[in-house]
Amino acid sequence: MLLVVCPHCGPRDAGDFHYLGATSPRPDPATVTEQAWRTYLHLRANVGGWQHETWYCRACRQHVVLERNTLTNEFRDPPVDPLGGVR
Amino acid sequence: MTTRRLPGAGAELNRDEPFTFCWNGAPVAGFSGDTVVSALLAGGHDVISRSMKYHRPRGVLTADYWDPNCMVQIGSEPNVRGAHRLAAPAMDVRAQNVWPSLRHDVKAANALVGRFLTAGFYYKTFMQPRALWPAYEHVLATFAPGGSVDLDAEPPRCDIRFAHPDVLVAGGGPAGMAAALAASRAGADVLLVDHGHRLGGHLRWGSGDDRARAAQLAAAVRAAGVEVLTDATVLGRYDGSWVGINQRTAPGVWERLVKARAKCLVVAPGLIERPYVFAGNDHVGVMLSGAVRRLLNMYGVVPGERAVVFSANPDGAAAACDLRSAGVEVTVVDASTGVRLERVEGSRRRAQAAVLSDGRRLDADLVVTAIGWTAPTTLTNMAGDRPVYDEASARFFPDRLPPDVLVAGGLAGDGSVDELVAHAHATGAMAARRGLTVRAQLRRATPRADPTVTSVPPDADEPVPLGRDPHPALFMAGSHGIVDYSEDVSSKDIVDAAAEGFDSVELVKRFTTSTMGPSQGKLETVNTVAVLAQELGTTIGRLGTTVWRPPYAPVSLGALAGRNDIPRRVSALQDWHDKHGAVPLHAGNWLRPDHYGDPAAEAANVRNAVGVIDVTPLGKLDLCGPDVADLLELVYVNRWRKLAVGAVRYGVMCTEDGIVMDDGVTARLADQRYLMTTTSSGAAAVWEWLERWLQQERPQWDVRVTPVTPAYTSINVAGPRSRELVAGLVDDIDVSPDGFPYMQVRTGTVAGVGDCVLLRIGFTGELSYELHVPAGFGLHVWEALLATGAALGIRPFGVEAQRILRLEKGHFIVGQDTDGLTRAASAGLGGLVKLDKADMVGRPELGWAAARTDLPMLVSILTDDPSVVPVEAAQIVEPGTNAIRGRITSSRMSPTLGRSVCLGQVDAALAHPGCALTIRLPGGAQVGARVHDQPAFVDPEGVRLRG
Repeated sequence: MLLVVCPHCGPRDAGDFHYLGATSPRPDPATVTEQAWRTYLHLRANVGGWQHETWYCRACRQHVVLERNTLTNEFRDPPVDPLGGVR
Repeated sequence: MTTRRLPGAGAELNRDEPFTFCWNGAPVAGFSGDTVVSALLAGGHDVISRSMKYHRPRGVLTADYWDPNCMVQIGSEPNVRGAHRLAAPAMDVRAQNVWPSLRHDVKAANALVGRFLTAGFYYKTFMQPRALWPAYEHVLATFAPGGSVDLDAEPPRCDIRFAHPDVLVAGGGPAGMAAALAASRAGADVLLVDHGHRLGGHLRWGSGDDRARAAQLAAAVRAAGVEVLTDATVLGRYDGSWVGINQRTAPGVWERLVKARAKCLVVAPGLIERPYVFAGNDHVGVMLSGAVRRLLNMYGVVPGERAVVFSANPDGAAAACDLRSAGVEVTVVDASTGVRLERVEGSRRRAQAAVLSDGRRLDADLVVTAIGWTAPTTLTNMAGDRPVYDEASARFFPDRLPPDVLVAGGLAGDGSVDELVAHAHATGAMAARRGLTVRAQLRRATPRADPTVTSVPPDADEPVPLGRDPHPALFMAGSHGIVDYSEDVSSKDIVDAAAEGFDSVELVKRFTTSTMGPSQGKLETVNTVAVLAQELGTTIGRLGTTVWRPPYAPVSLGALAGRNDIPRRVSALQDWHDKHGAVPLHAGNWLRPDHYGDPAAEAANVRNAVGVIDVTPLGKLDLCGPDVADLLELVYVNRWRKLAVGAVRYGVMCTEDGIVMDDGVTARLADQRYLMTTTSSGAAAVWEWLERWLQQERPQWDVRVTPVTPAYTSINVAGPRSRELVAGLVDDIDVSPDGFPYMQVRTGTVAGVGDCVLLRIGFTGELSYELHVPAGFGLHVWEALLATGAALGIRPFGVEAQRILRLEKGHFIVGQDTDGLTRAASAGLGGLVKLDKADMVGRPELGWAAARTDLPMLVSILTDDPSVVPVEAAQIVEPGTNAIRGRITSSRMSPTLGRSVCLGQVDAALAHPGCALTIRLPGGAQVGARVHDQPAFVDPEGVRLRG
């Protein structure tokens, strides 16, 4: 089981989190095309390497954006600021 | 029967504690410390089981946990490793996979048809015709090996423990003990796990000096404060150095799963002796050198009278020496002379002679082989390594390991005990450094952690690699024999598989089932590879081995599941429900009253008088702050900005792909305070959902979300007389129709309890009040309602009656009548969706869906025959072709109408009032039905509700 590093709670079992997948910026709903919206909904790059992803920590109830290497499951330190970081 | 017990021998035994147990109903003597099988052998019981396919008599091969044909039934417990499980007084041990008895097994006739039971037999024979498969399955099931499960037996208690060692050492032989000791002395928290009942590894069945060495190391390990788990198996290593351990002997439980987050793992499982493939290698009395030494030195059992030892290494010589000391007549055949073991001849009872390649035929009731080792690279394999075959030493070695996995002992190389201990000592010190480094990293990553910094020991020297002793490559003698003793796979089967074109080990494994039995390849894998390599004209190194997967040893489902007692959520009224005959319903984690004996009568009572239902699991979120209305506008599809204080509105949430996610009502209690209700099953998800939008998309908004689901006891008071009832219990709320109209909220005192929230809403379609009472007073208010309502004909109702009532009103339930593909428009909510909002969750999808006319629709359905209640999930089909056009999502017999009522999803073309439908019931019968002209079956105008 992955050890996920929550910036608020520290390292915890992945079972304490809800994995929301690679971050996918939300397009402007007023102008978006069907294709762009569905890309946002369903398509992920599935990278082998570092990616930004969202985890919901059930301990502190925060959604955090973390950078994880999908090949090694390392988390990059320090984690990205959940509010000011990658979107 | 004469005993084969050597006087004074047997280091594991306590001769002061003799006892008897039962073997197939007859008494057998044993001592404390005996395994089931060592006691059986001492008593002269050589045949322990019949083999899986051919039902050949089988006995001891390895005399340890992996012994493939020593599985027995003990009481109600099947498939016990008899050569590992300690015997106990009065145990009821029985042979498995035999009928009518171990001695006279009728399925031994399979041996006569053996040539038909070759590799792939089942796949080829029972493929066609498909319709006959149920019959095949029934017959094959009677041939399945294994013990019998006693379904009436009390399920054993298991539990799960979490551990966080700095260093976890898998294997408690000399190397594992030395590594644990060194790691502990370097300051690490160490967990040492061993398969056996005591620490010591191969020293336990060695000489007196070996055993003294083991005892000395074990004492030092315990003195150093290392936590030791014996009779425990490391099952696997997973991401993040997560290691599962099955602890078979733990106080108070039958088995315990230990989930360890090992910061560094030392793998020191030792080596597993490999059987030799030759004709007759499964005769009773053919054993590995390790088996002989275990029996003699641990249990004082002399396994034969006249032995031939075929030896290619010092362990064979040691076994021969031990046998001679025990008075056995021994002939040693030294493999280095080039003479090979051709075959072993024997009777149905036992081996009788060994035939050698030089033509000699040596009488023997015991044939011992010592032809080499299998390196159990399971755990290193799970750490991402592919082991590499070393020709010179004729075994696999780990290749490239991650920094948090180290190896010691036989897996790392060869040497004397001193050399192995020295290497393991250095490895343990390094493991401590790495483990403590990880611990310090984890601590640094933990905000507000204890400021005492973990000290990391200074750099130590890399362990000097162990040497590798050359070993002859001996896998298969000149004749075909058994490769997999558990699955009854012979080398001939593997050759046949190769002839059929299976040229990879992974495929041959699956085709022949070699390595797939309870030993899981520990004894069979390398021989399988060797036979296949020989047949394909390649080498073991080029062919490679199969990937070892968890678990290392079979684990009971009970241990994986842990405790049986799942935590249950209950409302403050649950004791009352229990005392009043409620039939429980498990809804997620909640325990709820399904009904109190007669759901139809409960429902009718709501229509005619008044009823109360405990709806505490209803999700409740307290929303507070200046931007709550903005949040509601965002997450609900409808409009919220104009919701006045004191008003309630129904809302539907969709996900970003426009699928219905949840529904409920939200009440505005004060200017900046709202109470949101969600479905019972969606409470946690909606909370997370709101947080997600607030945290990630609208961090500038000021809204505080507090889950208050269990803080209130929620009671719905429903029925034409509910106003009278509520009026009798409140004094600061005007409940007149004008003072407290439909879709309004009031706060006040109910039955003397302040801070109650009352919502006038109606899921049941009747005049009703949803009361949210501070949970500590829930029971008081509930009892007050029942006492006051007695004169009004009150009766509690359960979830089933509520489901009937809402169905009569045509109200859908998210997740019951909708699914993961149901859009808002399909659920009849098109009118609710306000597309003129600048933004809301799923807005683009909701807009595109609104323009579509091809979406399936949720409709109310009446069957032509009012007495037929089609089961939920019954298909709606095209008559004739049976093409699926929809399905029934909810169905009940309506006590109000005296007929069945349904909701169902149908294709767009069928979704118009009066459309004739055909419902296909399970079993194939078809019934006619019609789409109803209103969503509601009862009171479509909502007169009762608004009254």
